[in-house]
Amino acid sequence: MGPVRLPRPQSELPNLNVSNDQGLLQWISTVDHKQIGVMYLLFSVLFLCIGGLAALLFRIQLALPNNNFLGPEMFNQLFTMHGTTMIFFVLTPAILGFSVYFTPLMIGANEMAFPRLNAFSLWIAFFGALLLYFSFLNGGAPDGGWFNYAPLNEKQYASGNGIDYYCIGLLLGGIGTTSTAINLIVTILKCRAKTMDMRHLPVFVWMVLVNSFLILAAFPAINAALCMLLLDRQLQAHFFDPSMGGSPLLWQHLFWLFGHPEVYILILPSFGILSEVFQVFSRKPIFGYKLLVGSGIVIALLAFGVWMHHMFAAGLGITINGFFSASSLLIGVATGVKIFSWIATMWGGSLRFTTAMMFACAFLVEFTIGGLSGISFAIVPIDWQLTDTYYVVAHIHYVFIGGSLFGLLAGLFYWFPKMSGRMIPERNGKIFFWLFVIGFNMTFLVQHALGAMGMSRRVYTYPDIPGYGTLNFISTCGAFIMGMSVLYLLYLLMKNKRHGKEAPGDPWDAYTLEWMTTSPPALKNFGALPPVFSERPFRDLKTERLGKKNIN
Amino acid sequence: MIKLVVGTEALFFVVLIFGYVYFAFNPGYSPQALRLLNIRSTGMFSLFLFSSSFTYWRAEVNFDKGKLFRLKVWLTITILLGCLFLFGQGREYFNLFRENLIVSSNLFGTSFFTLTGFHGLHVFIGLIMLSIVLLLAFLGDFDRPGSSVIGTVGIYWHFVDIVWFFVFSMVYVLPHFLKQ
Repeated sequence: MGPVRLPRPQSELPNLNVSNDQGLLQWISTVDHKQIGVMYLLFSVLFLCIGGLAALLFRIQLALPNNNFLGPEMFNQLFTMHGTTMIFFVLTPAILGFSVYFTPLMIGANEMAFPRLNAFSLWIAFFGALLLYFSFLNGGAPDGGWFNYAPLNEKQYASGNGIDYYCIGLLLGGIGTTSTAINLIVTILKCRAKTMDMRHLPVFVWMVLVNSFLILAAFPAINAALCMLLLDRQLQAHFFDPSMGGSPLLWQHLFWLFGHPEVYILILPSFGILSEVFQVFSRKPIFGYKLLVGSGIVIALLAFGVWMHHMFAAGLGITINGFFSASSLLIGVATGVKIFSWIATMWGGSLRFTTAMMFACAFLVEFTIGGLSGISFAIVPIDWQLTDTYYVVAHIHYVFIGGSLFGLLAGLFYWFPKMSGRMIPERNGKIFFWLFVIGFNMTFLVQHALGAMGMSRRVYTYPDIPGYGTLNFISTCGAFIMGMSVLYLLYLLMKNKRHGKEAPGDPWDAYTLEWMTTSPPALKNFGALPPVFSERPFRDLKTERLGKKNIN
Repeated sequence: MIKLVVGTEALFFVVLIFGYVYFAFNPGYSPQALRLLNIRSTGMFSLFLFSSSFTYWRAEVNFDKGKLFRLKVWLTITILLGCLFLFGQGREYFNLFRENLIVSSNLFGTSFFTLTGFHGLHVFIGLIMLSIVLLLAFLGDFDRPGSSVIGTVGIYWHFVDIVWFFVFSMVYVLPHFLKQ
């Protein structure tokens, strides 16, 4: 089979009439999936800094016992904004950024299925985030925690405007996420290279596809809950108001019916990124392609059967607790399959420890720790003992940072040459890696112990109990190391974007189609595509050509 | 694409219907549904909405056959039926307001107005879409076959109809079967 020529588009792409030298205007008006992907990542980095700053502030407050640096009101607002920002406006845009940048490239498409919708999704989510932060100027930020339990979120108990901004900001962000999910599904199903079978999708694209369906199924629950909450607050409805017979439990059900799938929404694309990173840097095809894809689908399905494990302490009865305990333990099986697939991919491979690969290996360790503390929460008596302590905080950060973020950082170091056309020197990348890993573990490993000792989360200060002060101080120091490492990362990215060594099209000797393009890819991604007969089309092409020399 | 939109919208309504049922059965079925809601008049207006699905289907068939005049006629009838339904809903709300039932009165008011209100909003959005389709038909956009617009809008309009079937059964019909 010869290469497949792509047809020329019937009409010019809509953004072509703005020329490149118009700078900012060109970025704002763009509908190109690569530029939108980059803007998603910048959006994510901006809010990473803001959310991280909030975290540093309340870590200062917690560094010493009986501290009065912030005071309870500010502390509540900061931890709420930290959680909400990091989940909805850092991790979500980061996964969407990689998804819209690389999905079309990996399936041999020149654009998303709906380019304008793509731009709309980015901007509505961005303005949702701005609206959420506007609350600081108008009577104080939301202060009910990121899951914002009823009846604390009701007008009687939270009389400021913060929670209203929370509702509207998250609704707008949800609209953006949902429409991107629709866009990605249609792109993957309809815009693949002609010869690319569904069995030949790279694992990353499979995970994006599964993830998009998960988004479509999970977000309606929170959107409905947020609408109900807005009605409660603005029109004095009584959905979550116990004094009029409403049910605070309904909020918990709806929130976690969304919230648990949401944590998988944030991790599945990372799983996809890691599957690419492991195989390329082990110089060995991925082990168990079908197992990896299958376990991803299983995780997505199980996600809707485990939400009540967030509510064991709500007193739902032995039967319900038992059922949800068992279903939550099952998740461990599906995730374990993935971990073993990755280890088996490395087994016997010729490993290259680049920064991306180091993040992937660190992921295996950190995510397993997070997974094990998660398993301990699936066991009801342990959950009752540890719920609402720092053990939960440690767990959620081990899965969000040690899981999602490490995967995303592996992706960043893997794809940075493709996106910017420049290399990051490995030495500098590794300095960042060690700073970040040490800071992260210093911050959160000790919090397991604090939780087991009974320190409750979300309380602005604590008495001088033996051990508390020391451990909290270590945690605060770790947080500052993490903060510094993020600054160092920003410096690395900016410096190497300008002055880094120029990257060739395929610096890692990689397997998938995005590496066939120039670095960075031209506005039109592909002119011609090789025939696809596995999930590693570029590798097949290179091995086939070893004897021939007609490379493009 | 529209099927994915409709799918995620359907889950949104599942949550709202769940919320309504959750409060209506707490404990026993809320007697207010029987006392305040007039199943006859709402049933009549519901028939208008259900038949608008039929008329839209006729519009789709005529579009496929290339009969443009009939397409416009059936589209107009569909829009009129949708407007009649919304008029019926407005009239019902007005009567309930006179009985002092508003969103903040009690849980029945809260969940009833939220569920039917969100459905009404979707009908309204559907009417805007239908009006655009009619306008495009008059501007000659559908003179040649092959446009997917009519089929796409159709999926949404039939969906709004099906949602009302479930809402109507849950809110208006079910209490009559459950009364002691």
